[in-house]
Amino acid sequence: MDARDRPSGAFAPPPAADRPAIRVRGVSRRFVTPAGGDYRALQDVSFDVPRRAFVSIVGPTGCGKSTLLNLLAGLLTPTAGTIEIDGAPLAGLNRRATYMFQQDALLPWKSVLDNVALGLLFAGRPRAEARHAARAWLERIGLAAFGDRYPAQLSGGMRKRAAMAQNWVLERDILLMDEPFSALDVHTRQAMESELLALWTGSARTVVFVTHDLDEAISLADEVLVISAGPASRVVQRHVVPLARPRDLLDLRNHPAFNDLYATIWADLRREVARSRERDRRHGAGGAHD
Amino acid sequence: MTDGREDLFAPASLAAARTGARLRTLAWQVAVGAAVLLAWQALATAHVIDPFFVSRPSAIAVRMWQWAVTGRIWPDLFVTLEEAFLAFVIGAALGVASGFALARLPRVSGVLSPYIRILNALPRVVLAPIFLLWFGLGIWSKVALGVTLVFFVVFFNTYQGVRDVDPVLVDNARMLGASEADLIRHVFGPSALTWIFSSLHTSIGFAIVGAVVGEYLGASRGIGYVISQAQGTFDTTGVFAGMAVLSLVVVIVGEGVARLEAWLLRWKG
Repeated sequence: MDARDRPSGAFAPPPAADRPAIRVRGVSRRFVTPAGGDYRALQDVSFDVPRRAFVSIVGPTGCGKSTLLNLLAGLLTPTAGTIEIDGAPLAGLNRRATYMFQQDALLPWKSVLDNVALGLLFAGRPRAEARHAARAWLERIGLAAFGDRYPAQLSGGMRKRAAMAQNWVLERDILLMDEPFSALDVHTRQAMESELLALWTGSARTVVFVTHDLDEAISLADEVLVISAGPASRVVQRHVVPLARPRDLLDLRNHPAFNDLYATIWADLRREVARSRERDRRHGAGGAHD
Repeated sequence: MTDGREDLFAPASLAAARTGARLRTLAWQVAVGAAVLLAWQALATAHVIDPFFVSRPSAIAVRMWQWAVTGRIWPDLFVTLEEAFLAFVIGAALGVASGFALARLPRVSGVLSPYIRILNALPRVVLAPIFLLWFGLGIWSKVALGVTLVFFVVFFNTYQGVRDVDPVLVDNARMLGASEADLIRHVFGPSALTWIFSSLHTSIGFAIVGAVVGEYLGASRGIGYVISQAQGTFDTTGVFAGMAVLSLVVVIVGEGVARLEAWLLRWKG
């Protein structure tokens, strides 16, 4: 839409191309522990995610990565600070975003096709139309022959692909992904990463991708944010990934720039991993909060 | 469904072996039943055990046959099934509705939970005289008794089923845009269904128990009434025949439920 024919009023925020898709300012989040204590998961976190960017978030286990993603999704509210989505403060669930979970989140009692169509049905689209769109997406991700199967009858990789279709069919601007491929074997995982990049390239979507795998973080992203070990995690570094697109994920690891960046980020991350181990040693196994 | 598909691809010898095993089991089942009945028949005929107290399988079979061909039993059976059916439908509907409501309203369930426990702790049979007083000798006193039995079974299972849902499924559905009604229809409902079904076998039995106990204590029709009449005339054959009819009915209804369950829960395969 051109700026001139945009109605003045509350209908749409001004489409400033330079405004970030996500703006996080001074966000903290505390939890009450089962023992009645106070756990600071995130402390004063600030960062921007530029529109159409692919941003990875890495950090040691228990650094509050998932908490951060839940805050961006609106499933949790910050204890302090603000989150803006496309210039508007986030209140309630983030309707501009979809969320791909680490665990399988397909409804086991619905066929793959019905699972993919689910979000469209929730949005009030007629069943036939929703199924038509879902079928087109199954075609696109190579699951056309499996639409009438139930999730339990698919392999782990196929379930992930179905979950991707379930999210992408909604055509929302922002994709939040929480270690979506961590449960997959190495080959399936690489195939899924390539597939994700292929979908994202030229799609105008913004992706926030949480992972504990630095390799994956760098291969996929434009920027990598490093989160410190908990408690009171914050963003310690942000690195721009100087690798051209489109990328060949199989070849990327031979690239000198990839290895340089890996070494640089790993230097940050290693310190945090060491701190997180130290913390776990002191507090025992019960200290992990993610 | 899955079984059928596996059978298609299984080698013929494997399928044959499976059929063989099934037939062997069936043969043993028939043999055990026949042995018990024959022993009963022989001991009663030889007066080792007094047929006055235990009757004889042959006499019971003859009685059931007479009931069936003269049509003597059908009106009573119909009344009992009608009562059980009403008790089941009303009890299950109330149980499912309250189970959902309390599972989704934790504050309300916190307040009500001790009272629900107290009511459930009450042996329901003692309510029968009260219900006779309130609802009279007709079918509704039996329906009421059945409802109190069915309700709690279905209620607890629905409650558990809704609470048992994986939170990730709920979060995912919410992120996809589900409203509370959508969540109940697409997430909590199907999840609770597993639990509700596992309770249906129990609760259908309870519905019939409610009907029969109610009839036994005061009625003018129904299988419970037939049994109580037979008992009043020391007609043990009639008592056993009534019991056999009830068992048969419950087994047949249970088989129907199992098939419905297999179809509705086919996604689990």
